[in-house]
Amino acid sequence: MVVKVYGPITAACPQRVLACLLEVGVDFELIPVDLESGEHKRPEFLLRQPFGQVPAIEDGDFKLFESRAIIRYYAAKHAESGPNLLGSTLEEQAQVDQWLEVEAHNFNEMVYAIVLQLLILPRMGQPTDKALVQNCTEKLAKVLDVYDRRLSTSPFLAGEWFSLADLSHLPGIRYLTEEAGLGNLIRERNHVNSWWITISSRLAWKKVMQLLN
Amino acid sequence: MAAIKVHGSIISTAAMRVFTCLNEKDLDFDFVPVDLQAGEHKKESFLSLNPFGQVPAFEDGDLKLFESRAITQYIAHAYADKGNQLIYKDHKKMAILSVWAEVEGQKFDPAALKLTFELAIKPLIGKATDHAVVEEYKAKLAKILDVYEARLAQSKYLAGDCFTLADLHHLPTINYLINTQVKELFTSRPRVSAWCSDILARPAWLKVVAMRK
Repeated sequence: MVVKVYGPITAACPQRVLACLLEVGVDFELIPVDLESGEHKRPEFLLRQPFGQVPAIEDGDFKLFESRAIIRYYAAKHAESGPNLLGSTLEEQAQVDQWLEVEAHNFNEMVYAIVLQLLILPRMGQPTDKALVQNCTEKLAKVLDVYDRRLSTSPFLAGEWFSLADLSHLPGIRYLTEEAGLGNLIRERNHVNSWWITISSRLAWKKVMQLLN
Repeated sequence: MAAIKVHGSIISTAAMRVFTCLNEKDLDFDFVPVDLQAGEHKKESFLSLNPFGQVPAFEDGDLKLFESRAITQYIAHAYADKGNQLIYKDHKKMAILSVWAEVEGQKFDPAALKLTFELAIKPLIGKATDHAVVEEYKAKLAKILDVYEARLAQSKYLAGDCFTLADLHHLPTINYLINTQVKELFTSRPRVSAWCSDILARPAWLKVVAMRK
């Protein structure tokens, strides 16, 4: 049974889900959703995702939304058979959860604001709030300083092995480095830079990039 | 001295989330106050517990964690046999819980916290409420609560028929907001209103309210 993933390949949250499915070896079918025409706000789509956002998934009868809930589900489901993306002990799992929350609240909030201002609003013919971008960039720099100190003590955020916590950052860092012109935030921090090179070289992420390009 | 320590502030919604969870599990803990107004959370001694300088920080013996929603997950798993059940063992049921925990963290809380800051916190610290921000976020929260109203027509609690972490995470912010002018956002939606009354009456939450007195 193939998992249907509804969303455009260009959006961060579907990319997060696809990276996870590829890591754990679950076959999927990507069903594009046309954000520009407002497909995600139409009644048929709202049945899948009541907030009108991507992605949503359908696995037989089972439906889910929220990319971080989706990746937790598949990582847990395949923890025995595939790479362990969640940790084996309570303590390891707690570390993964901790850094997943950091990504969702400390990292993503800034990246989302920057992407909205620099990439999305201009496409809609609206002006960029440069002061806001500057403010978010400064805050993000401080967050990445903490990451750099963390990654000086272990190769991955939750410890010695690649986990969902690292995976969850892939789409956001790609935006920063490839579309927003803020790759310097990553490159200027040695440990963050090495970590980014390692995690973005993983086969699963390379496959997501092939789908994108 | 208890093995479990929570470093935080009794006015912090994130810290209250953790206290509530510990109470639901009938666990003893030491509350270590952190003086936010004095900037204690930005000082070196606290940064060793949470490098992002945010409350709460959590200790269980040698285990140290931050991010309230990672802490509650850890508590719910580590002490699964104690107190009230807050999570599911079944992968699919746990996935639905994750969906609504993400909805709280990604959608509800950002809007609700903005309103909490303007309407509940600013008056406490002698600052003026920004009414434009209140109107903006009232409109956002209203749309989110419309989705909650539809969801709560399908089950008594957000993740199903049992109270779980997905509901618990909302308690501190809802408690603030129902004592402000935006109370009607909750009381005007019958199912949301019933759900709020139900969860706010839980003994574990009432113990947290008593801490503040």
